Amino acid sequence: MTDIPLLSLAVWVPIIGGLLVLATGSDRNAPLARALALLVAVVGFIVTVPLYTGFDVGTSAMQFVELSPWVERFNINYHLGVDGISVLFVILNAFITIIVVVAGWQVIEEKVAQYMAAFLIMSGLMNGIFSALDGVLFYVFFEASLIPLYLVIGIWGGANRVYAAIKFFLYTLSGSLLMLIALLYLFMESGGSFSILDWHQLPLGIDAQTMIFFAFLIAFGVKVPMWPVHTWLPDAHVEAPTGGSVVLAAIALKLGAYGFLRFSLPIVPDAAQQLAPLVVTLSLIAVVYIGFVALAQSDMKKLVAYSSISHMGFVTLGFYMFNSLGIEGALVQMISHGFVSAAMFLCIGVLYDRMHSRQIADYGGVVHTMPKFAAFFMLFAMANAGLPATSGFVGEFMVILGAVQYNFWVAFLAATTLILGAAYTLWMYKRVVFGPVANKHVAELEDINGREFAILGILALCVLAMGLYPFPFTEVMHTSVNELLRHVAVSKL
Amino acid sequence: MNFVVPDFYLAAAEIFVAVMALVIMLATTFARRIARSLGYFLTQFTLIAAAFITIATMDGQVSFTFNNMFISDLMGDFLKLLIYFSMAIALLYGRSYLADRNLDKPEYYLLSVLMTLGMMVMITSNHMLTMYIGLEMMSLALYALVAFDRDSARSTEAGMKYFVLGALASGLLLYGMSMIYGATGTLEFSGIAQSVYNQAANKPVLLFGLVFLVAGISFKLGVVPFHMWVPDVYQGATTAVTLILATAPKLAAFAMAVRLLIWGLFDVADHWQTMLMFVAVASIILGNLAAISQTNIKRMLAYSGISHMGFMLLGLLAGVVEGDRHFALNAYSSAMFYAVSYVIMSLASFGMIILLSRAGFEAERIDDFKGLNKRSPWFAAVMMFVMFSMAGIPFFIGFFAKLSVLQAVVAAGYFWIAAIAVVMSVVGAYYYLRVVKVMYFDEPLDTAPIHAPAELRVMLSANGIAIAALGIAPQALMSLCAYALLASL
Repeated sequence: MTDIPLLSLAVWVPIIGGLLVLATGSDRNAPLARALALLVAVVGFIVTVPLYTGFDVGTSAMQFVELSPWVERFNINYHLGVDGISVLFVILNAFITIIVVVAGWQVIEEKVAQYMAAFLIMSGLMNGIFSALDGVLFYVFFEASLIPLYLVIGIWGGANRVYAAIKFFLYTLSGSLLMLIALLYLFMESGGSFSILDWHQLPLGIDAQTMIFFAFLIAFGVKVPMWPVHTWLPDAHVEAPTGGSVVLAAIALKLGAYGFLRFSLPIVPDAAQQLAPLVVTLSLIAVVYIGFVALAQSDMKKLVAYSSISHMGFVTLGFYMFNSLGIEGALVQMISHGFVSAAMFLCIGVLYDRMHSRQIADYGGVVHTMPKFAAFFMLFAMANAGLPATSGFVGEFMVILGAVQYNFWVAFLAATTLILGAAYTLWMYKRVVFGPVANKHVAELEDINGREFAILGILALCVLAMGLYPFPFTEVMHTSVNELLRHVAVSKL
Repeated sequence: MNFVVPDFYLAAAEIFVAVMALVIMLATTFARRIARSLGYFLTQFTLIAAAFITIATMDGQVSFTFNNMFISDLMGDFLKLLIYFSMAIALLYGRSYLADRNLDKPEYYLLSVLMTLGMMVMITSNHMLTMYIGLEMMSLALYALVAFDRDSARSTEAGMKYFVLGALASGLLLYGMSMIYGATGTLEFSGIAQSVYNQAANKPVLLFGLVFLVAGISFKLGVVPFHMWVPDVYQGATTAVTLILATAPKLAAFAMAVRLLIWGLFDVADHWQTMLMFVAVASIILGNLAAISQTNIKRMLAYSGISHMGFMLLGLLAGVVEGDRHFALNAYSSAMFYAVSYVIMSLASFGMIILLSRAGFEAERIDDFKGLNKRSPWFAAVMMFVMFSMAGIPFFIGFFAKLSVLQAVVAAGYFWIAAIAVVMSVVGAYYYLRVVKVMYFDEPLDTAPIHAPAELRVMLSANGIAIAALGIAPQALMSLCAYALLASL
């Protein structure tokens, strides 16, 4: 079992499968492209299952490690491995890929092969990001994953798609290029190693740590996105097709947060602790201010986009309090947000496919024509608001508990999200779903079909299962998080 | 006076190409009816045969001949091979384009061969005079090529402009060479190096001459502040000539920089590095900013070329840090790798313009690429590879080129330069992304089917695949660059 390079399969099955899908060519072969894409996505998910079943929860060391030289001249290695922090994201990513392929099944009619291929390739690249243990390998996947998303937003997006696509690309690129300099600096300081694990042990002075910290903060902060570099996200979400929004919210945002745990905290622990108040402040602004911004939105997708920023603020907040409740809570929140935000965007996609409008004002009384849909939407809206027994509650509650240990007032401000989240989500839900039937378009709506029922149903199960019994998730990450905290507590100066 | 018979064997490739130039001249004069294809095939044969000769005579040793005016080393052989290769591909791309415009005259091929010979002489020179002769041979052939479309006012104007500015640059270079001769008493690079090392040279005169040398090199590379000719000439010349202009001569100019500055004047590296620092940073900034507002893709690629050459120079200026020469090999080989990568990308970019052009239509505007994904998904993908590669996005060769140069710059401790370079890379990404945007997000303006000969399609596809493949496995090419330099140092 251990002989099979599972991580390589997780990375390359979707990429090579995506290229095969691309080779089916024109839209005459669309059914073939769809079927092949689904097959690839399912196989891509199946190869990640042994990562969970074979995972040893007792160790914080990297597992399923693969190491072979890639570019020997710069000592760059093809070095993959996962620990308790990253393994769940690989699986989540592979899972979301299936959802995205199914979600685009009938909706996408133009350039089907390219659409499916873009998502499959992106999925492989993102698995690469989560499992890379070499700085350059990480960077390569990190940058390359921009290309498919850029194309997805730009080709299948809405009216203002070009602006959104270019903004998305340039924002992320400007952040990550600064990170590249930091990586090269670490390469030089470590005497010619790009191994992230070597960098974890590398002693660094406080000035160097501070510079590196800021380089990483900008790179990952843009990706998360943190206030005030979040403005690309609402644009990208609004213009992206449903599948693009789902991947963006469920996986792409997690890359930045993951970067903090893999790079910032362990490589520059002293700077991270010194500057934690800064990050905590930015996170609280995201939680509270962006929460209010979300309240004022009239576009459903924009509302969920701002709610994503607010939720991700919770994640960065959890990281920088340096206690295990905070970090584990943040990780749970990331996974939960992966399910919930994916589901929210899919729900909006269901409405958009029928009405071609995302304006809240165009809806009202959807429950009368789409009862099954309304039930699902209700569940996900509640999860988004952090209702107990849904996955949204677990992470938020853990982070708030962690915050109480850290500072009461931080916890107090963070807890306002429970009110704000409920306010903007449920208010939107009320305006869209309840009330009398608003207009004749709503009266003509058809309820969800079997395909939509299946994907929303699976996500609903995930949300409930994680809300009721989060132990399988926290169990996996526990040892790694404790090791991370132990490592961060030791000064590198 | 004793006369030493020179070792002709070492210069076999140069002699062969020179002879073939005469053969082509004669053959195409007498065989009038088939002159055009004869010229083409003889030229391709010359390039391929020269490659075999170069490989056969390659021994990895540094040897001198013709009274030390000629050097044969691995770096030279490697660069010569790349030049044959890029010339052969450039001629292959341009053939149908020229035929459509009735420009595929035998003179075109003759000039290309003479230009190749000039570049070979530049690369293998160990003496200021040999260097100058090679440079002029290349430049004169290029002036004529740029003005080759003599019925086009733009092309003639570009040729004139290139000639006047090029002659000025040659003058500067000669002046600098004479100064250096005055300071050191020799024109031979190893002699100059010796004299500078022994501190026998008159330093003010030497540095005065150095300024002019750097100016001459900068002109040939087309970097700020000697870049004025680049956009006009790139735009004015017919695309097939721009393709030649933007590829092989960059390698020759790189060789010139290495021979003059590193072989000859390594001991005053601090001085020329400072000059190059200004030149490189200014080129990266100006090239990228000016490229944003271009609507003509040849002009945009010209400005992008300015910034790429600036980036390449970053590798050359990171060699010596406060007298420490530890990083030299790493830095110079990164510059060489950058130059090679640029040539590969540049070939494909101008090849794409040729592919979309047809008789009576020049696909010169960025808008001519609109909706290419609808017309030909594969070639849209090739152009996308080129654009992302030039922007330095992985998995394409341009990423590793940028990575290796930046690594050298960071190792030398020039963080501010690295910061400017990456900020400007973001600016650069904008205009490369715009090309991808028009290809993928816009509707086509031009719906005519793309018809191009099979050889162009196949070669261009291979070029695109190479950009991606070398981005996934750059190790071999990187090591070759490092090894070629190491064996020659």
